[in-house]
Amino acid sequence: MYNFEFERPTSVADAVKALGQEEAQPLAGGQTLIPTLKQRLAMPSKLVSLSGISEMKGITQEGRTLVVGAATVHADVAADGTIAALSDLAGNIGDPAVRNRGTIGGSVANNDPSACYPAAALGLGATIVTDRREIAADDFFTGMFETALDEGEIVTAVKFPQPEAAAYAKFEQPASRFALVGVFVARTGEGVRVAVTGASEGGVFRWREAETALASDFSAGALDGMAPEADDMISDLHGSAAYRAHLVGVMARRAVAAAR
Amino acid sequence: MPQVSMTVNGKPASGEAEGRTLLSQFLRETLGLTGTHVGCDTSQCGACVVHVDGKAVKACTMFALEAEGADVATIEGQAAPDGTLNPIQQAFQDHHGLQCGFCTPGMVMSAAALLKENPKPSEAEIRDYLEGNLCRCTGYHNIVKAIMAASGQDVGALAAE
Amino acid sequence: MPKDHGIGASSKRREDVRFLTGDGNYTDDINVHGQAYVHFLRSDVAHGRLTSVDTSEAGKMPGVVRIFTGADFEGVGGLPCGWCVTDRHGEPMQEPGHPVLAQGKVRHVGDPIAAVVADTPEQARDAAEAIIADIEEFPAVVDMKAALKEGAPKVHDDLSSNLCYDWGFVEENREAVDKAIQEAAHVTTLELVNQRLVANPMEPRVAIGEYSRARDEHTLYTTSQNPHVIRLLMGAFVLGIPEHKLRVVAPDVGGGFGSKIFHYAEEAFCTFAAKAVNRPVKWTSSRSEAFMTDAHGRDHVTKIELALDADNNFTALRTDTHANMGAYLSTFAPSVPTWLHGTLMAGNYRTPLIYVNVKAVFTNTVPVDAYRGAGRPEATYQLERVIDKAARELGVDPIALRRQNFVTEFPYATPVAVEYDTGDYNATMDKLEEIADLKGFAARRKESEARGRLRGLGVNCYIEACGIAPSNLVGQLGARAGLYESATVRVNATGGLVVMTGSHSHGQGHETSFAQVVADMIGIDENMVDIVHGDTANTPMGMGTYGSRSIAVGGSAMVRATEKIIAKAKKIAAHLLEASDADIELKDGAFTVAGTDKSVAWGDVTLAAYVPHNYPLEDIEPGLEETAFYDPANFTYPAGAYACEVELDPETGKVTVERFAAADDFGNIINPMIVDGQVHGGIGQGIGQALLESCAYDENGQLLSASYMDYAMPRADDVPFYSVDHSCSTPCTHNPLGVKGCGEAGAIGSPPAVVNAVIDAMQSGGHKVDHIDMPVSPSRVWTAMNG
Repeated sequence: MYNFEFERPTSVADAVKALGQEEAQPLAGGQTLIPTLKQRLAMPSKLVSLSGISEMKGITQEGRTLVVGAATVHADVAADGTIAALSDLAGNIGDPAVRNRGTIGGSVANNDPSACYPAAALGLGATIVTDRREIAADDFFTGMFETALDEGEIVTAVKFPQPEAAAYAKFEQPASRFALVGVFVARTGEGVRVAVTGASEGGVFRWREAETALASDFSAGALDGMAPEADDMISDLHGSAAYRAHLVGVMARRAVAAAR
Repeated sequence: MPQVSMTVNGKPASGEAEGRTLLSQFLRETLGLTGTHVGCDTSQCGACVVHVDGKAVKACTMFALEAEGADVATIEGQAAPDGTLNPIQQAFQDHHGLQCGFCTPGMVMSAAALLKENPKPSEAEIRDYLEGNLCRCTGYHNIVKAIMAASGQDVGALAAE
Repeated sequence: MPKDHGIGASSKRREDVRFLTGDGNYTDDINVHGQAYVHFLRSDVAHGRLTSVDTSEAGKMPGVVRIFTGADFEGVGGLPCGWCVTDRHGEPMQEPGHPVLAQGKVRHVGDPIAAVVADTPEQARDAAEAIIADIEEFPAVVDMKAALKEGAPKVHDDLSSNLCYDWGFVEENREAVDKAIQEAAHVTTLELVNQRLVANPMEPRVAIGEYSRARDEHTLYTTSQNPHVIRLLMGAFVLGIPEHKLRVVAPDVGGGFGSKIFHYAEEAFCTFAAKAVNRPVKWTSSRSEAFMTDAHGRDHVTKIELALDADNNFTALRTDTHANMGAYLSTFAPSVPTWLHGTLMAGNYRTPLIYVNVKAVFTNTVPVDAYRGAGRPEATYQLERVIDKAARELGVDPIALRRQNFVTEFPYATPVAVEYDTGDYNATMDKLEEIADLKGFAARRKESEARGRLRGLGVNCYIEACGIAPSNLVGQLGARAGLYESATVRVNATGGLVVMTGSHSHGQGHETSFAQVVADMIGIDENMVDIVHGDTANTPMGMGTYGSRSIAVGGSAMVRATEKIIAKAKKIAAHLLEASDADIELKDGAFTVAGTDKSVAWGDVTLAAYVPHNYPLEDIEPGLEETAFYDPANFTYPAGAYACEVELDPETGKVTVERFAAADDFGNIINPMIVDGQVHGGIGQGIGQALLESCAYDENGQLLSASYMDYAMPRADDVPFYSVDHSCSTPCTHNPLGVKGCGEAGAIGSPPAVVNAVIDAMQSGGHKVDHIDMPVSPSRVWTAMNG
């Protein structure tokens, strides 16, 4: 990889300052960024490691909201269990060694179209907290590898409202084990949300028709025969657009059936 | 060049590292601990798994500078000082859990992390835990068997398989 | 009772201790004082003319020692091909040049254009990025049939077409086979793809070249399965270095599976450059680089037709295969779709007439060569799939159809040139039915169906030709090398032995199993025997390890050398015991005069050999060291029967292997534990091929599966525990140990079992699908069931 300066601040403020340098980039768990750097697909002048910032780590409960520090690793979210669906999702990202390094903040900020966390954030109607503002998940994920974050803006926490029932069902791409299709279903006080990752050219999205169907009947049967349009779905080595669209239906039904 | 200091297998270790120096490089090239292997560049094969502060991590997907002050354990520190293999290493030998040996350090380190979290894992739990450790030689049969044996489970019934 | 030592004992592997403690010595663990590093600039287009390579800016970058391009290799030989196939018309194959660095054209993504030698790996890579390579891009040929069309772009301008050869076997049978198929009561036809795979040993390739100006000697450290072969090919054909000035060391090697047999450009480059820059030069492949530089495997497209008479006896078989060679001929590539494939088309069956046609084709892809099984998996897959399809079409039990057509009398001369010396295919099928619990399948299917899953059972047989190979025979078939093996047994004065073998162990455990054989022959403790391999400086010329040949050929050489040792030791013992050599018996490490209690220990004899005070110096020389070269009389023919049970999720198309059983006949077994492990590993790779792995290119020759993100390697949760058995044993009749070899069986025998099981599962759900290509991915299954 290209060389870069390395800085490991201990506060959010220092991290933001360090990111003021031209071409500086934050480093969260590095589980996606480091492989990218190895391929020389990125050339940061400086990497600002967020792993030394204790205020960005840990999980706390604020009323019916779970606040997960952005530098919290997947393994810790998996072990938490407050929102079972979220912990199950975290416990199935990558492999154990990846879960010990990869962080929730890194995942949502990267918005990989086949990552799991964006589905949880969108599915639970989470709020993304940054060093300067709070952004609703519905506004945060703006497209494949694209988010509402400004240059130098750091995700510091993700706030998840406690759902009445929720589950995530993932169908893994056989090689990478990322989501070929992952569907997060949540029933909340404000209605049903269905978020889909892995499938779309546009990254994570809400499957509104399914939400409508589930709003009146929260059962797998309510989605019988339903699948989103295949038009915007990804088509690659591992599955056609039609197959992905079909899988969205299957995984949504399985998530509904598993929701608790 | 920046300096980094850490504890490796219970002993202090330090050296120079660039920003881009991976922990795996630092271990192999600076410290000469070549038991940590590098088998891919996409963080999937797991031949480089070591423990950092007690947790299994992929040493090829962590910068050396991030290990400042950390307690790092590698395959070289697993046997007793007199060379006696630890129970996991011994089970791998007893049950032929390795062939070419290249994935083995990562397998042993992952197995150690698993047994710390889950002292008596089921076959399915072992297979699931090894998602990030590729082996091309064994078809995994004897690796899973060795880990079950290392956790004190009777693998006699598997002997014919 | 299982044995606890010697031949037949599951001795624990002595090599494990170093691998389990991080003390292995793999090539990348070696650093030579003063070494520089090379980075190859590789083509990112599949086909084009190299109009210019400007290294002027790159050459000024920090740390750069020297930059090499194709021009530096103009006076140097190209990478040689070790096998010349003769086509149907008696003409030799078309054989293009293969320069170390591209000259004039690039022919696949990954073809090396230039090489930067620098003080650090990163400096080398930085400078490589600064090289300006102008490539006039041409359309790429990727699809084999398109490559053979009139007017297709030519991979090699100096060849008449992209056809390497059009091979017919057995050509004299062609018309008789056509006639038999025309007149058959039933013909089953199947078109299938045996997809391109990447061997993916976990250790990526590494090469370190070193040169001593004072001694004019070269050393190459390399990740090879056969260091002597590399020394010969590189020394004689590429760089013009005589063997005594070239040492090749292949230390601990992290798996090979065929991909580390071949002589690669990077080995020649590092050797050449070390002299040119007068500094050691090291290259370590990344996995990404490995995907586009390691020889790939398989990649056959086949149409197979099986003819049966009214009683369901096989009467004829005809196959038409296109085999992808890639852009250049890798070391043994031409032999794989021909002599390692066509000769196995009889399988375990009495099919009197067989004709195999193979068209080998150049394309703008990475060269294809042997991968575990090499040709034999392709043969087995076609045959066992078409038999399964025939059974379905005829409404007969697939096992019964196989049994009815088994070869049962040995030796059996097949219509495809080889002669099976021994075997018992009914015995392995009986054993399989038992260990796979086929009787219990119906109940298991019911249980799966209750959970909404489909369950399928697939069974198949396989046979392979191993112990490669009789030199005179392979010479007639086009091999440019002999395929004997060698061993030197050196007995030390105090009785310990060192065996230096030309075989190479890269996971097979030779250091343990070879020692078991020698210790058993003499009757001493295994720990008194050390096995040395992997360094041309201290082992006799040998051909290395592949084709399940090490115990059958290398082991036989070791037996012959040990026999010489024993014969000489008996003479010494006879002298010490004042008896005739004919009366001396060796048992449990002691020499006894037959019928007496007069005896002398092994150690006394070995000491006498080196301290020859009381010694028959007039008859024999002092010392105790013997070498033998063994050239086999025939191939060996391991065979067996495999069964796979899968569960299929009809909603997603995902297939999981629930049970897998293998009953093999490997003849005599040296170390059952190691044999089991070899079979497990082969099955793991076979399941990988059947369900997961695929090396895919797009139409422009870009590699789509260029990392583990897209190339699906089998993981621990993709496979079950396997049930393996090798108690059915018909020992090989022509080698001294009666062994057949076991390294490839699992990879050969398992893919058809998996695919047959998937078809069975789909049919059980009412889906009229009679074929699906590998890898049987969820998306393919779903498409097949819903298409």
